[in-house]
Amino acid sequence: MKPTHSTDALTIGGHAFDSRLLIGTGKYPADDMIPKIIAASGSRIITVALRRVDFTATTDNVMRHIPDDMQLLPNTSGARTAEEAVRIARLARATGCGNWVKIEVIPDNRHLLPDGHETVRATEILVKEGFVVLPYINADPIVARQLEAAGAAAVMPLGAPIGTNRGLTTREMLQIIIDEITIPVVVDAGIGKPSQACEAMEMGADACLVNTAIASAADPVAMAGAFAAAIRAGRDAWHAGLGAMQTHAAASSPLTGFLYQQE
Amino acid sequence: MDFYERYAAYGDGEFFRQVQSVTEGDVQRVLGKHTLSPGDYLSLLSPAAAPHLEPMAQKSHSLTIAQFGRTMVLYTPLYLSNFCTNQCLYCGFSRNNRIVRRRLTVDEVETEARAIAATGLKHVLILTGDAPDIAGVDYIESCCKMLGRYFPAIGIEIYALSQADYRRLIESGVDSLTIYQETYNEALYSRLHPGGPKRNYRFRLDAPERACRAGMRAVNVGALLGLDDWRRDAFFTGLHACYLQDRYPQTEISVSLPRMRPHVGGYQPGCIVEDRHIVQTMIALRLFMPRVGITISTRESARFRDRLLPLGVTRMSAGSCTAVGGRTDKTANTGQFDISDERSAPEMVDMLRRAGWQPVFKDWQRLGV
Repeated sequence: MKPTHSTDALTIGGHAFDSRLLIGTGKYPADDMIPKIIAASGSRIITVALRRVDFTATTDNVMRHIPDDMQLLPNTSGARTAEEAVRIARLARATGCGNWVKIEVIPDNRHLLPDGHETVRATEILVKEGFVVLPYINADPIVARQLEAAGAAAVMPLGAPIGTNRGLTTREMLQIIIDEITIPVVVDAGIGKPSQACEAMEMGADACLVNTAIASAADPVAMAGAFAAAIRAGRDAWHAGLGAMQTHAAASSPLTGFLYQQE
Repeated sequence: MDFYERYAAYGDGEFFRQVQSVTEGDVQRVLGKHTLSPGDYLSLLSPAAAPHLEPMAQKSHSLTIAQFGRTMVLYTPLYLSNFCTNQCLYCGFSRNNRIVRRRLTVDEVETEARAIAATGLKHVLILTGDAPDIAGVDYIESCCKMLGRYFPAIGIEIYALSQADYRRLIESGVDSLTIYQETYNEALYSRLHPGGPKRNYRFRLDAPERACRAGMRAVNVGALLGLDDWRRDAFFTGLHACYLQDRYPQTEISVSLPRMRPHVGGYQPGCIVEDRHIVQTMIALRLFMPRVGITISTRESARFRDRLLPLGVTRMSAGSCTAVGGRTDKTANTGQFDISDERSAPEMVDMLRRAGWQPVFKDWQRLGV
């Protein structure tokens, strides 16, 4: 029997979630839009940049708009090395943001591309310290394998550079990661349209993280709903089993048919 | 090739020859491109691009929203000292100007810090004149260590330092540097700076690079538009930012677009920079460097700043005061220049929210060194 949406849970770090859409908190015109985005998307996991969190809370604070029942995924935006990512993760845990962390080690401000080597190093350290680590990576199957071996709870390969909305430009490498990595694969960054998120799910990705495409839409709340529907459709299609893709039309006069004919 | 060599390649009128030879067809071709070269940026700054400001603005808007969202980081300047040994002809702090001079004590800086922190602002930019004997690195270091208790992000806009001194200030809590070349025109620079340490063009030109090497998280460059032909200085500002971003990808590079404002001394601009020129500069820069931060200060009027919001700006100053100790002492001395947008931090926040932009108070978390 095919799983229903309520039984087809996304399991990361020993926790089961009934949504496969992860969302962000950056780039919205106002933080008070976040509860509406959560409701429309059905998302259960939300990432927040620690650099934006105001611990003194003298001003309006993004954390006030995130319901307690959401799984918080602090990210290490701004880290340029493994050491900086580790320190941000520790600070997040010490300030009550929990032990989940999305590692972003980005030494490249022009394209915002992650450093695989430093990401693996940070993962090794933080896993040993008891963190649930979700690293953001290039769509590099070798790095994904190393992260799996290091104890990452999931890998988050990019579909295209952050903020570009260009879709699954790394499709071939994503497919290898999806096929070969046993921990959840969350396609992160570059997804610009619901159809692209749907495609990632059809390919067998476990989940997608979408921020820019929702936050920069004319109607972010409606777009959050559209992404939720697309991800459900893609997951259903993957379960249903897509028909094999043919590069040629099937011949009506097969060349090997004679092998099965009675003389 | 260091940046000075890149700059020199456009010498002997080469910049003007190129910018005057750009055709509208060239501009249209650039508008269809995904990645722009310095030559493409020059095309967008040219007179031939002037009729194409609207499509440029639309593209700049889309790129900015995709890269930064509808957010605006707010910061505020904090003047520590207006003693200065330079004689910059265009600056109110010039040693030739008879103004009341003052350097705040660390305790007085703390009083100003409390007043700023009470407004909710988290990013502070400290400024001094160029008088190392009075406001030296030791003094600035002491101020920064204290300011770290109030602000998660501390920027400096002070005289050019050595790489070792930038490193010292990073270790005392500084995470960003703002330094303007004022003008990239070397001959004009020499005339505008007749005396004082700032007279050394190359030492100032290479200061942003020394800060990058020292490990500064963010470096902000700019030219004081109006001193020289605005197209030329805008071009070299972008070229400088691009050079730094290519060579120091770990550093967040940003650009300010300050325009000359009235000040004590009354130096008249060499070139009138109109609003449409600022707009052309900003949107050309965004198309050239989609990820670059762009800052507009309170030198610009409230009305103009409001209209620039969707065009590519990512950082704005708020609640500004250019007089030393001016936040807590309303009878304080003369400012460096006249502020045009006098809105308080809460007024800026209201404006941004009404316009559909999220004011961002905090965009950095100091980790210690």
